[in-house]
Amino acid sequence: MSFSVTAPSPAARWIAGLLVALYAIVTLLPLAWIIATGFKSPADAIAYPPKVLFEPSLEGYVNLFTTRTRIAEADFAALPPPGTWYEEIVRDQGMVIAGPSRYGERFLNSVIIGFGSTALCMVLGTAAAYAFSRFRVPLKDDLMFFILSTRMMPPIAVAIPIFLMFRQIGLNDTHLGMILLYTAVNLSLSVWLLKGFIDEIPVEYEEAALIDGYTRFQAFRKVVLPQAATGIASTAIFCLIFAWNEYAFAVLLTSGTAQTAPPFIPTIIGTGGKDWPAVAAGATIFLVPVMVFTILLRKHLLRGITFGAVRK
Amino acid sequence: MAEVELLRVTRRFGAETALQDLSMTVPDGAFVVLLGPTGAGKTTTLRMVSGLDSPDSGTVRIGGRDMAGLAPAQRDVAMVFQQYSLYPHLTVRENLEFPLKSPVLRTPREMIDRKVGEVAEILQISHKLDNRATALSGGEMQRVSIGRALVRNPAVYLMDEPLSSLDAKLRADLRVELKNIQAVSGATLLYVTHDQIEAMTMATHVGVLDRGRLVQFGTPREIYEDPVSLYAAGRLGQPRINVLPADTFAGAPPGAAYIALRPEHIAQGEGRESRVTRVEHLGDQTRLHLTLGGRDLVTVTDPHTALGAGDIVRIRPRDPLYFDAAGARLG
Repeated sequence: MSFSVTAPSPAARWIAGLLVALYAIVTLLPLAWIIATGFKSPADAIAYPPKVLFEPSLEGYVNLFTTRTRIAEADFAALPPPGTWYEEIVRDQGMVIAGPSRYGERFLNSVIIGFGSTALCMVLGTAAAYAFSRFRVPLKDDLMFFILSTRMMPPIAVAIPIFLMFRQIGLNDTHLGMILLYTAVNLSLSVWLLKGFIDEIPVEYEEAALIDGYTRFQAFRKVVLPQAATGIASTAIFCLIFAWNEYAFAVLLTSGTAQTAPPFIPTIIGTGGKDWPAVAAGATIFLVPVMVFTILLRKHLLRGITFGAVRK
Repeated sequence: MAEVELLRVTRRFGAETALQDLSMTVPDGAFVVLLGPTGAGKTTTLRMVSGLDSPDSGTVRIGGRDMAGLAPAQRDVAMVFQQYSLYPHLTVRENLEFPLKSPVLRTPREMIDRKVGEVAEILQISHKLDNRATALSGGEMQRVSIGRALVRNPAVYLMDEPLSSLDAKLRADLRVELKNIQAVSGATLLYVTHDQIEAMTMATHVGVLDRGRLVQFGTPREIYEDPVSLYAAGRLGQPRINVLPADTFAGAPPGAAYIALRPEHIAQGEGRESRVTRVEHLGDQTRLHLTLGGRDLVTVTDPHTALGAGDIVRIRPRDPLYFDAAGARLG
């Protein structure tokens, strides 16, 4: 391939930079607004015209993690001075802390279910992709098409049957049930993506390892897996993003023990006025794990996105 | 070290027959070179011995032991591939250590270090040991992959055109080095190449393959001087053997369709007249391109010859080889 590359003129650089900056502002503004709202007081959050400069407050975060209650004025006055900074924030609203909220639990559920299903999906997906890539599987093309076809319909279309099945076998509102469900939804994409990556790894490497005295499984682990890391990382990000953000199944299938953060965050609105700072705080914290995961794997992700676009 | 035997080995890929009833014995300590054009079955033969592929029928024995059903790891063979053989995610050192650390060998640390050091020295890659495999030039990569075979002491070494991607000088160096290693260690080597100099200089035996069949097996000299067919005769010799209709010169035996002359088997001075078309001075020898009855011939002559294009030279055959219409040797 040949390119004729000329150095861009300073004007072109300026315009390109400006366009990128503009696009970044447009996409990041809502995110910045949510993060900012998390640190506003409820009054500032709904102020009109909207406040860009405001006095930061941790009220939203405190409200997110606690449940609060009003008590009789006489009792309120008789209370000892607040012992902690968060108690003080709650007292300033004229309330006392009744206990922790369930956000921590819900967040933890999201972590368990999101990362659990991603991990399971990677194990099964890599194994299946390797088998489809390397072995003579009867009806290989038909099976690959079948795997893809499971994603042709939006998963929510089968929500009712899944709900009934889960209730029948006791998977309703369990971590295991949600992990299995998200894995099933993500698996077809994973197998297809990973097969593409593994196809690209020349089979000679494994053959060399077989000759060098390793079994096929050892060759897979020591030679194929390290080279498939890029593919596995980018596929894992796609899976995690789906499982992490999934809302419809989480609303339908979880309530008490296994509820994830997405269905929980909107319920904050309902508890005593519209507490936007608390919602924004919940959303901000919810963003962090996927962001960290993606940043950690971004080197791989970039290669994964451009994968197949470059002919070697 | 061990003898390798192939007995009536057949392998088909769909409708194509890669190997047809191939029988061959690689004697213990021999350096056997397989010759043949692409598709003759050279690489398939190596894969049968290595266990990366298994025959549809027939037997492979190494050291007298039947290899049927044995995985490559259980066969104690080392193989150098033509390409893609270095593990790209490892350093040069880790690549060389890889076979020694395998579950079959489990070499102690100090032995690994000693072996890797020795082999790196021989292949002149000591200064690259801590580079990533992908940071090497093509020639260096190929040396490392030869090194990965040499760190072991297997029953047989299999090499699939290991020197083909190297430059001329390195190729010459490694040719000598491989031959030395083989002579000193007494290793059995099965070696695939297109390069006739490699075959002539390194081989103790040459196997000529033609479309999955072994057509001749013998010392390089035997194949060169006494080929069984035109095909085998064409495998060795640079410039190639000259093939002419048998009646070009008098004295052909009955049934001969072709007379074949090695370049050095064309005597000048008397005989038929031919015209010089080109003179190539190669330094140690000079090649004469001749035309005789509309056919081109190549012969070698004195480096200081005064001949030039357009001159007439009389030539006659010396020790010619005769072949019948099907290409089989006569006499």
